[in-house]
Amino acid sequence: MSGQLGRFGDFGGCYAPETLMEPLAELERVYGERKRDAGFQDEFARWLDQFVGRPTPVSYARRLTEAMGGARIFLKREDLAHTGAHKINNTIGQALLAKHMGKPRVIAETGAGQHGVATATAAAAMGLKCRVYMGEVDMERQALNVFRMRLLGAEVVGVSSGSRTLKDAINEAMRDWVANVADTHYILGSVLGPHPFPTIVRDFQSVIGKEARVQIVAEAGRLPDLAVACVGGGSNAIGLFSAFLSDPSVELVGVEAGGEGIATGRHAARFALGPGAGVPGVLHGTYTYLLQDENGQIKDTHSVSAGLDYAAVGPEHAGLFAAKRAAYESATDDEALEAFDALSKLEGILPALESSHAVAYAMRRAREMKPDQVILINLSGRGDKDVESVRRLRSNEDGR
Amino acid sequence: MAGKRIADAFSRARARGRAAFIPYLTAGDPDLAWTGRYLDRLTASGADILELGVPFSDPIADGPVNQRSSERALRARTTLSGILDLVRRKREAGFETPVVLFSYFNPILRMGVDRFAGAAARAGVDGVLVVDLPPEEGKDYRASLAAAGLDTIFLASPTTSAERLERIDAASTGFVYYVSRLGVTGTRTALADSLAADLERARRKIVKPLAVGFGISTPEQAAAVAAMADGVVVGSALVKLLEGPDPEKAADALEKTAAELIAALGK
Repeated sequence: MSGQLGRFGDFGGCYAPETLMEPLAELERVYGERKRDAGFQDEFARWLDQFVGRPTPVSYARRLTEAMGGARIFLKREDLAHTGAHKINNTIGQALLAKHMGKPRVIAETGAGQHGVATATAAAAMGLKCRVYMGEVDMERQALNVFRMRLLGAEVVGVSSGSRTLKDAINEAMRDWVANVADTHYILGSVLGPHPFPTIVRDFQSVIGKEARVQIVAEAGRLPDLAVACVGGGSNAIGLFSAFLSDPSVELVGVEAGGEGIATGRHAARFALGPGAGVPGVLHGTYTYLLQDENGQIKDTHSVSAGLDYAAVGPEHAGLFAAKRAAYESATDDEALEAFDALSKLEGILPALESSHAVAYAMRRAREMKPDQVILINLSGRGDKDVESVRRLRSNEDGR
Repeated sequence: MAGKRIADAFSRARARGRAAFIPYLTAGDPDLAWTGRYLDRLTASGADILELGVPFSDPIADGPVNQRSSERALRARTTLSGILDLVRRKREAGFETPVVLFSYFNPILRMGVDRFAGAAARAGVDGVLVVDLPPEEGKDYRASLAAAGLDTIFLASPTTSAERLERIDAASTGFVYYVSRLGVTGTRTALADSLAADLERARRKIVKPLAVGFGISTPEQAAAVAAMADGVVVGSALVKLLEGPDPEKAADALEKTAAELIAALGK
């Protein structure tokens, strides 16, 4: 690959339909200006403080630590951000950009519904028209979030094509954007898509890592030995990792959805080895690791968590993987559900099923680590949206 | 020889006093054997260049008609190598109409760009258009295809700046594909109001033949576009004819509709 646009090592780039090339260049230009503009940065910081409720705390998970009997476990509490997940950091930033570009309408895709809710929220607060695309399968498993978006004044459009999940919602959002690019900004929800999206979303999410780095030193007296985050597209993970990239002592691990187990092939773990392992390719405008068949068709993915159920991963993660700066592991549906339980009962925190994957991996590792070592988990979202799914899974188990 | 066939097709249409007619079909809908017959029928109707779509699981630039067609082709297990095989067999049987592949980048990338270029050229493909590969990302791709003697066709659209129009013209061989309107493929009741002005602006920078597509479905629309362009691409309006249960009927309908569209292209 030889392109120069927005590369992370070999990965990233701008593989967009021609109609989007000028609008993407304009977005890059406007963002470049605003990034250096103290006025814009102050405005963004004010929204984060006064609307999102930042900074979110870092909490010591005392009872979980004791139960594991190893490393001390700390949680970066993005679940406490307004709307209940880290997604709001990015949607506030991009909604501000839309205002600065004079675009009155925003669109978004959503998987678990968290990004859709966060976009609908930012749009309501800033007076923008909002439409959210969501796969029909996800609308069913995240019905509460669909209703929340509608309450916030957004139009939610179900997507019935393909696997009817996140990737199909992105397809439909891109089609809308191509048709309406003159008055519409696409608020992409993760560190995905054509350049400059992966960079913009990372920058807006980097507040997670900046806060956490200071907080963990204050709380634990040192940098973490291990920083863990779940990875669907990977925006919460990039947000956390970005502050520790130059600290070689901090091990960075992204946790993908292992679904029913890597060996079954029914998962969404792009970096996992084994049958049907991910291979670099181009999807939704970026060159990255992809779950695809031998003919280059995108494979269906499987995860209990809608937010991790996606065939591609943010190109910066592919770059960190290739450079061996971050490692990527997976947790199965069952492990995530156990972690969901553990955090609920031991810490009084219902984690999102997405974040539960990071908790599951951290629990595995904590047992093997020493009590003077520190694990920092990015708790990217709260689990209220998943209560109904978990209830249904439990009642199925009771019935069999 | 590849490259030559496309240029010849534009000259021949021009000599007949009309724009070139470029029908689009998704390869493998309902299966590749039928696609082979459809190519013959379209050629019989007078088609100048045939655009064959490579089905893809995530066709972000396509509207509902082409999306459904792509899904049918994938259900029939259509692959890029199967499509190349079809073209090879047609060429061996003496089929001479130029063929342009219309693809998303990932199936080509998965085969390997170099390997694809060699295989496509040997099969008798004349040119390739990749809808999600702008010239900026296509340097290696262009080198591979040029070495194999294949035309590289890039897209231009109403949002394309003057500076990019020049770059796209320079990167394209064979022709430049102009997207007539903002949006995805699919039939529309009317052409974009700004089309004449958009094309005039494009013409100032683009010296290669200019084919116009996206949203052209009726003979009236085709006639209006033909007056302003070197080629007219019709896709969804033809692909829609493949939706019925009887491929034989679809073949008749294709030939008849194509003939009506061609009759409208005289200047």
